[in-house]
Amino acid sequence: MRSFFYIVTALSVIGLAFWAYQENYKTQAALDRAEDLHSAIGRSRSRLAMLRAEWAYLNRPDRLRELAEINFDRLGLLPLAPEQFGKADQVSYPVMNMKLVITDPVEVSSSEALR
Amino acid sequence: MIRTPLRPLARILEARSKGENPDAIERENIRLRHEEMRDRARQRAEGRLLVLGLFFFCAFSAVGARMAMLSASEPTEPRASTAGVSIVAQRADITDRQGRILATNLETYALYAQPPQMIDPDHAADELARIFPDLDRDELLADFAGKRKFIWIRKKLSPEQKQAVHDIGDPGLMFGPREMRLYPNGRLAAHVLGGAGFGREGVDAAEVIGVAGVERRFDEMLRDPSNEGKALQLSLDLSVQAAAERVLFGGMKLMNAKGAAAVLMDVHSGEILSLVSLPDFDPNDRPRPPTKGHAADSPLFNRAVQGVYELGSTFKIFAAAQAMETGLATPETMIDTRGPLRWGKHRIRDFHNYGKELSLTQVIVKSSNIGTARIAQKIGVEPQKDFLRALGLFEATPVELTEAGGGRPLLPPKWSELSTMTISYGHGLSATPMHLAAAYAAIANGGTRVKPTLLKQDAAQLGERVLSEQTARAARMMLRKVVTEGTASFGEVPGYAVAGKTGTADKPKENGGGYYEDRVIATFASMFPAQDPQYVLVVTLDEPVETSGTEPRRTAGWTAVPVAAEMIRRIAPLLGLRPEIEPGTLADITLTSN
Repeated sequence: MRSFFYIVTALSVIGLAFWAYQENYKTQAALDRAEDLHSAIGRSRSRLAMLRAEWAYLNRPDRLRELAEINFDRLGLLPLAPEQFGKADQVSYPVMNMKLVITDPVEVSSSEALR
Repeated sequence: MIRTPLRPLARILEARSKGENPDAIERENIRLRHEEMRDRARQRAEGRLLVLGLFFFCAFSAVGARMAMLSASEPTEPRASTAGVSIVAQRADITDRQGRILATNLETYALYAQPPQMIDPDHAADELARIFPDLDRDELLADFAGKRKFIWIRKKLSPEQKQAVHDIGDPGLMFGPREMRLYPNGRLAAHVLGGAGFGREGVDAAEVIGVAGVERRFDEMLRDPSNEGKALQLSLDLSVQAAAERVLFGGMKLMNAKGAAAVLMDVHSGEILSLVSLPDFDPNDRPRPPTKGHAADSPLFNRAVQGVYELGSTFKIFAAAQAMETGLATPETMIDTRGPLRWGKHRIRDFHNYGKELSLTQVIVKSSNIGTARIAQKIGVEPQKDFLRALGLFEATPVELTEAGGGRPLLPPKWSELSTMTISYGHGLSATPMHLAAAYAAIANGGTRVKPTLLKQDAAQLGERVLSEQTARAARMMLRKVVTEGTASFGEVPGYAVAGKTGTADKPKENGGGYYEDRVIATFASMFPAQDPQYVLVVTLDEPVETSGTEPRRTAGWTAVPVAAEMIRRIAPLLGLRPEIEPGTLADITLTSN
């Protein structure tokens, strides 16, 4: 009985040691991965910051104004003026090219139809 | 195991027969057995000692090997977890009110040299002088040949320059990573942004610190890692600012002015949508502060918040508003305008002679100094001081710029009745255009004080009340009439009813002793749309002169007003203001006989 107890204890120690070893290595691997991801995020952030800076630089008002002047023939862009504000009712409805043919009219609004 | 008998019978019998003592055999056998036992025990003990020795040897060599490994390897922290959120940026971005970038960081490299490691200093110096034309070859060579072991060559490199230096291929030329501040819009809003420079520098990094403007005012906040790189959002609007700068620059050139400033402010929230001071500079390459000449002539000088000027007749509306507020007058009250008005040995004159008397409205519309001075006389010294103080004209503006503290109004040392009279038409008290904008905003928003701010606000400010609603409305109607029938007739912008007041003040001589004859500060303080003002615009031109006529004209009505009108025409649509037909004033019901 005692030797059985010894064997079980020894086996469980070995088992636990194996488990702890595995967990340790899994944690290390996860930490490494997290570190890699952090540095990847850092790199992406700096790339994004660079792209944002470039976007802001390319969209600076001076440059846009010059481009609008250079391409005036094609685009005809002018500064926003008060006259360019419109109202919804100034927009005309699109002209429909469909011919509506009514063959069997039903009168619904006159008092004659109610009789 | 076969035990050897102690008294073997054969030997005993043999010994007895020989007459020997058989006990001697037993003793002999016991001795032999003991010897054998001793030898065995010794062997066993020696074996154990050997095992123990081996064990100790292993243990000590393991400890020794571990110690050797520890001493030979690079130390690393034991890791329990990874670092938390990494630092996003060394310095947070600055954006406009719509999130468009005004200032950001750029990764770049600094170039340094370690002469002891250089292989061919001659060649390196030649090439460096070719890549950077402002570097001197001989100086570089002297540095390389000297005793110094470390030399900074450039603080910032462009990628092309870096590649070119890399192509020299000298191991003594090295790069250190840097973050630099970039203002992608160049000169835009230069005075607000200020600029940044390097603080403490190391090989691998350098501090970026703000040197002026909001960069300096919010330096701690921008560098605080606990903000996680959250951008500082200003109240400025990029497109409005660009349009304002362009129009004001054109106006300044047309009017031959040497400087100009403009402030556009939301009258409810106090947000500054545009702040222009010309001439300006490029914050990417901030010039050094001038060592000689007037600080006010430097492009670094922010005329809108640092420049204290006598703002002339724009102050008249304050006297009129206070007279109406205190019940001294109504817009129709007739004011004596016979001149010149004498006080002691001083005489107050008008630009034209306006006859015997004018109504209060007409005093403002025609800008009569005498009329305003008489009103101020009635108001008195102390009430006038209290009112101007309530409008914020006694202390520096609370705008979030380092320079704003320098824009402290100049008050008369002794506030006599004469001071009261001259201040009522804007002479004797110097303030910045920003002060004027904040004070006009109080009239525009219905009478509550507004503190100008450069940070985006979510709601209107609910400042203390300085004027009643009715007074503010009456004052606005007077200002509207200044544009429709008075001195600011060029200020009419179709669709946006502009109300405002002109001011032309002679410039005081720098070293005292009166005023210049031919140098003025022309100001137009305006609000639009007049029926429900949303924005206040103050335009100030420094020494303008309009030369299209037969004789040069310097009054604000000919100089500042057309510039301001063009600014409003360009800016108002950008602000999303729809042009409106101004509601006409309702005709009073009059009794007519039929």
